[in-house]
Amino acid sequence: MPEHINVDNLIASMADELRDLLVTRSIDNPVMIGIHTGGVWVASRLHALLNIDDPLGTLDISFYRDDFTKIGMNPQVKPSNLPASIDGRHIILVDDVLYTGRTIRAALNEIFDFGRPASVLLAALIDRDGRELPMAADVSGHAITLAPNCHIKLTGPEPLSLSESILEDT
Amino acid sequence: MYRVDQTISSGSLQVDHNGRLRHFLTIDGLSRELLTEILDAAESFSGVTEQSVKKVPLLRGRTIVNLFFESSTRTRTTFELAAKRLSADVLNISARTSATSKGETLLDTLRNLEAMHCDMFVVRHPDSGAAHFIARHAAKDVSVINAGDGHHAHPTQAMLDMFTIRRVKGSFDNLTVAIVGDILHSRVARSQIQALNTLGVKQVRIVGPKTLLPSDVSQLNVETSHNLLDGIRDADVIIMLRLQRERMRGALLPSEHEYFQLYGLTEDKLAHAKSDVTVMHPGPINRGVEMDTQVADGPRSVILEQVTHGIAVRMAVMSMAMRAAGGNP
Repeated sequence: MPEHINVDNLIASMADELRDLLVTRSIDNPVMIGIHTGGVWVASRLHALLNIDDPLGTLDISFYRDDFTKIGMNPQVKPSNLPASIDGRHIILVDDVLYTGRTIRAALNEIFDFGRPASVLLAALIDRDGRELPMAADVSGHAITLAPNCHIKLTGPEPLSLSESILEDT
Repeated sequence: MYRVDQTISSGSLQVDHNGRLRHFLTIDGLSRELLTEILDAAESFSGVTEQSVKKVPLLRGRTIVNLFFESSTRTRTTFELAAKRLSADVLNISARTSATSKGETLLDTLRNLEAMHCDMFVVRHPDSGAAHFIARHAAKDVSVINAGDGHHAHPTQAMLDMFTIRRVKGSFDNLTVAIVGDILHSRVARSQIQALNTLGVKQVRIVGPKTLLPSDVSQLNVETSHNLLDGIRDADVIIMLRLQRERMRGALLPSEHEYFQLYGLTEDKLAHAKSDVTVMHPGPINRGVEMDTQVADGPRSVILEQVTHGIAVRMAVMSMAMRAAGGNP
């Protein structure tokens, strides 16, 4: 049950994995970017644990979603805020739940409208099944298999916890 | 006397059954919540200009037609830029009105454009009610944005002014706003007054010579003044309207020189307003008629910010109206 997962421990182990991965790939001085809203919560913890120099970037992918015509515009769009230049930088992109892969597709599109990064790593707190696009996390806190009508959600920012719910209609 | 507000009814034309924007024709009848939603969305869109690619793919594959029956540079260009920053395809059409068969011509133009599968019309027309007419007769998946109709309304201009005021002042409560000049013939003033009152400012004042103020102000919820110094006393915001020179010919005004003496804004006169007063103008300015150059280019002027904000506000309105139209691109 996701309610029993300790999110802080997951984030700590993600930080260890990321540290190793950065060494393996000879990356120093990466830029970290969190996706609104849950991804930003996870990213701000990782950002502190990894002592990253540049301020945390944030992305709101609302303007890049592929379901705009179905669900319309989210009036609570928050401005995206990336470090001055991401050209040639190594990026660690962080989200709370990796599911269909559509959010990551939108986030990559938005990142490339700000510049051309050297590389992008994906870190997700929860890696759930149900991918609809060829996306994979480089680092994930916890892999989980859920029924299609189940929904897993990160609540926060303080404390961070996971909750699972059944969607009435999909 | 122009009584367009009473004769053009927007009814439920602008908003669908879920309360979402369908067309944007007039401020009249829209809720404070909806106006605030437009301002919030515009705030989000203003970040797009900071990207190296100044574009978001929101309206990719949609076609927006700028249908201008009246000349305009600023409004048409900012609508075009806004549409392009939303990745829409834009068609600019400058049409001349045919005096003999206006209604028929307008409808014919509309049918032809619909046959080309356009998704949105941005309409400017010298006749009051033209945008409503098009909205009423347009196919159900087409949205209409009013870019100024006769003396009736210019709602996107009013919203970019509201956006500018909120940016500078933080909120609308407790603000005294003076609108100075030709109120009678101004679609901008009409829309501004409705927006300011809907958003809940403390007081709206209209200031100008008797010949240029509407005779029936009771429905407008404004204070009236014929004296500039009285009208701008302790004002937080002063909006100067453009003096349309053709009014001189109609004997509504003496000379430009005399108008400037009585109603032109100078640094000396500005001292009667609050010390942190903000000066606005929808443009284009007649320097030395509505205000002198020192004021126009001075520290209290936000005239160029208004132009910049026009793009984000129009992006917000277009994406919100397009949303409610539904359908797949």
